[in-house]
Formats: sequence, structure tokens, C-alpha cells
Amino acid sequence: MAEPMGFYTDTTVCIGCKACEVACKEWNQLPATNGGLNTLSGDSYDNTRRLDGIHWRHVKFIEQFTEDRQEGRWLLMSDVCKHCVRAACLEVCPTNAIIRTEFDTVVIQSDTCNGCRDCIAACPFGVIDINPVSGTAQKCTLCYDRLQSGMEPACSKACPTDSIQFGTIRELRERAAQRVQQLHEGGEKRAYLYGADEKMLGGLNSFYLLVDRPEVYGLPPDPKMPSRNLIPGSLFSLLGATLVGLIGLFHLRNRSTNDREEAQP
Amino acid sequence: MNGIPSSTYFTASPEWGWLITLYFFFGGLAGGCSFLAALIDLFGRPEDRPLARLGYYVAFPCVIISGILLTVDLTRPLRFWHMLLASNTFLPMFKYWSPMSLGAWALLMFGLFSFLSFLASLVDGDRLSWSGGRRLRPPGMLGVVLAVIGGLLGFFIAGYTGVLIAVTNRPIWSDTPLLGMLFVVSAASISAALMMLLARSLGWTMPGISALLRVDAWVIILKFFVLIAVVTSLGPVARAWLNAWGLLLFFGVIVLGILIPLALYWRRDWLGDRNLTTAAVLVLVGGFILRMVVIMSSEAQ
Repeated sequence: MAEPMGFYTDTTVCIGCKACEVACKEWNQLPATNGGLNTLSGDSYDNTRRLDGIHWRHVKFIEQFTEDRQEGRWLLMSDVCKHCVRAACLEVCPTNAIIRTEFDTVVIQSDTCNGCRDCIAACPFGVIDINPVSGTAQKCTLCYDRLQSGMEPACSKACPTDSIQFGTIRELRERAAQRVQQLHEGGEKRAYLYGADEKMLGGLNSFYLLVDRPEVYGLPPDPKMPSRNLIPGSLFSLLGATLVGLIGLFHLRNRSTNDREEAQP
Repeated sequence: MNGIPSSTYFTASPEWGWLITLYFFFGGLAGGCSFLAALIDLFGRPEDRPLARLGYYVAFPCVIISGILLTVDLTRPLRFWHMLLASNTFLPMFKYWSPMSLGAWALLMFGLFSFLSFLASLVDGDRLSWSGGRRLRPPGMLGVVLAVIGGLLGFFIAGYTGVLIAVTNRPIWSDTPLLGMLFVVSAASISAALMMLLARSLGWTMPGISALLRVDAWVIILKFFVLIAVVTSLGPVARAWLNAWGLLLFFGVIVLGILIPLALYWRRDWLGDRNLTTAAVLVLVGGFILRMVVIMSSEAQ
């Protein structure tokens, strides 16, 4: 297996140009929303709205302004699939359509997916959705086809400020740690890395430098694996079945009662 | 978490809507009826045997409806077999840690067992002539094996759906491990209600009907407590039901589907002849509303 590859996104240098969104759409030949008849969302400059089957990159615009708009700041972030080391989507997929590649990324094989949508419910980041053209679940592939040809993913290649950086995870983590230190030394003490270590789902192969709480960026503070409920859920179901079984056995068993009279209308 | 009760609120909806709600309902009926029929077959009175057959008559059509609903709900329905066979190697596709994978296999196996029980019941009820059919009914060894495995698979079908939605990251569904238990208990209650309803509409008077009534009364009491446990275990996420869904849960499930049927079971003279049938219908309606609220209220988040 090749060394794990991924993205490091430094949100402090994102300028919201959406070049990543356009490059992603171009390379992956993703269709336009509603045949190009998109409407404005009214939510800042964000008309993409969310990641889905035809938007594998999504630049978020978070306006943090006072009521009189005299003070404030923009938070900009190019969101994408996190290519989790412990991937919830891959775990639940009943058809094995979702695979881990030799680059340690997570890819949905469109020719295998049957659109059960279990992965959509399982993804803790709300990344996956059905592509209306293929009728299958789709998301960022981290440009698997480009990686296999030794190329960089389209989005990071197009990013004009290097907000999205592509490389080996080891190298990206070193670079990100240095950047956090630089920001701290420059007075931006709120800077931290989201998903760069193994604590979060074994590590996110697409991790972020943020300057506010994760939920401000629409990211879960504590993403979990769906399988956390498998054993307790099964045991409680078994308990329910046992209780129902005992009730049924007690009343339905063959014994001499006056049931016959009771059954008369 | 800035007013957001759980990390599950950052996920996307799989849009499991009416088809899945109906599947959960019919799957619950199929599983519950099969289990109750197996109990009557294995431990019940000989005169209740028609009641067991009735359970199998319900279970098989319900499992067929379930399979159709699940297939139609796929966005690529013709690839339904990818759940069972790997599409590139044609080897069995099975992931024991994925409830959907387990469920697909369980539904297939349950379909087979309920079909055999259905056929055997037709033979047993003199509606079909097949020399080997009676061997598939207890007390014959083959019939006992069929009833035991079919009954256990029935319980699995009734409950795995709750575990399946818990093994996601969606609000409500994955915020409690008790939905499987709730669905198992609810499946038993709606199945007992339906079997009573059908038996009464056929004019049957065997003692098993009264026994089913008592089973249903106790099981809906159990359902009430499991439902309370579900709401409690949700913690701050239970606020998701402080709206029309919560009202529907309270009036549709607790009042209409639990309290009124219980009262009708208790005071059997209130509505005279219609007492039992009214209670059974309300239990069925409550069971459907329960599944609707659990699925749709999460989808609405």
C-alpha cells in the first residue's frame, strides 16, 4: 500500500473563490443543480448549500458580525469527505460498494452501489448523497483516478491560496502543526487542528485548521462510529424478545383454563 | 454544544420515508405473527391450531410485501441482489457487523421458512393437497424445526430494523440503543392484535383468542415502559419530539395505541361485541404511527 494520502485544509487562508468546487465539478463531470437553473440561497455567498451527490466540494461562508456590522469576521472553509481512517460509511455498506484504496482513501464504486442509502445515514459529517444521474451514492473520491496516474486532486491543484493542501498524511500533519504554532505566535490563539490525530475516528485523512468551535463550521464536535450501538441495541432487542417470549409462553401454553368461555363474544 | 443536543445533528438524511415506514410495519407483522404462530404450534392447545395457521397465512404475504417495499426503495432496484452476492465475484455478500447485510440474509431465510410454513398450513387446513405438507407442521420433527427457526427468524426480522437505524449517525435513531427492543415488543403487540382481529372476523371462538388478548394486554404494557425508557435514554435529543411529532407520539401511540386498547381489554363490556375488534384496530394504528414517528421525526431534523 502506498503511503496514506489526504488533504490538509487551512481555513484561515481560504478566500471563498470556489475554484475547488469548480475544479471538482469539471474533473468529475458532475452535473449542475436543477439543470443549471439554480436559485440563490440567501445564505451569504453560499449557493451550493451542502455536500451531496453532485457537490463533492462545498465552500462554507460563515459570517460572524455584530448587529451593526461594524465588527466581525468571515470564516471560510472548503468542506469535503474526510476519508476517515475508521469510516462509518464503509463499515455499514451492505454491498461492499465502499472500499478503502491503496492511498488509504475511501471510494464508492458506482457500479456496485444499489442506493440503499445506509452510508448516508451513517456518515457523521453528512457528506454522502445520491447522485440523481447515476442513482447511486456518491462523494469525493480524492480524485482516485488522478492519484493512480500520479497527479494531484483537482481541487487542491486549483486552490490559489494553498488553503487546500494535498500530500502524505505524515507530511501534512507536520505542516499543519507548524502553521498552528505560527498562528499562536502571531496572536491567533484560537487556531487548532480538527481531525489530525487518531482520536477522531482513527484520524481524518482530510483534516482542518479551524479558529472557532467545530459546530460553527457545521462539523460535529464528537463524531462517532455507528457500530457503537450494534451490541447494546442487539442485547436490548434480545431482552425484549425474551420478555415477549415469556409473556407469550405463559398465556399461550396448553393448560386447563376457562379460556373457551372467555373467548365467546 | 451551542444548543445542538448531539453530534448526530450534523448528518444528512437518507430519505427513508413511507416505503421504509411500511416495511417496518409489515416486517413487524410478518415476524410477530410467525413467532406467535410458532409459540401456539409448539406449546399451545390442539384446538388453537387454526390460530397458528392464521399466523402463517399472515406472515408469508407480509414478508413478500416487505421484500417488494425494500427493493422499490432502492435507488437502483435492479441491483437488489448486490445485498446477497458480490456483484464482481458472485460470492456471498455477508457482513455480520452491518445490520442491513444481516437483515437482507435474514429476510431471505425468513421468506423461505415462512413460505414452507404457509404451504404446510394450507395443507393442514385442507386447502391444499400435498402429501408431504403435513410433515412440515408440528408435532412432526421437521415441523418443530421449521417452527423454531421460523419463529426465531421472525423475532429477528421484527427487531433488527430498530438496530439498523440505531447503527447510523442520525438524530433520535442513533441516540438510543432501545429502538430494536421497542420494535420487537411493538411487533408482538400488533401481530397479536391482527391475529385476534382476523380470528374474530372469521367467527372463531377457540381459547387461544383470549390468550392472545392477554398476551397483547401485557405486551402493550411492556411497550409503554419501553417507550418511556426510549424517551428517557434520548436525553436532550428528546427535545426533537417537542413538536407535532411529539403530539402524534403521545396521542397516536400512547393514548390511541396503548391506553385506550388497555382500557378496552380491561373493561370488556364497554363496546359490547366491538370491544375487542376496536382495541385490536387501535393497537395496529398505534403500531403504525409509532414507526412513522420514529422514522419521519428523524428525517425531519
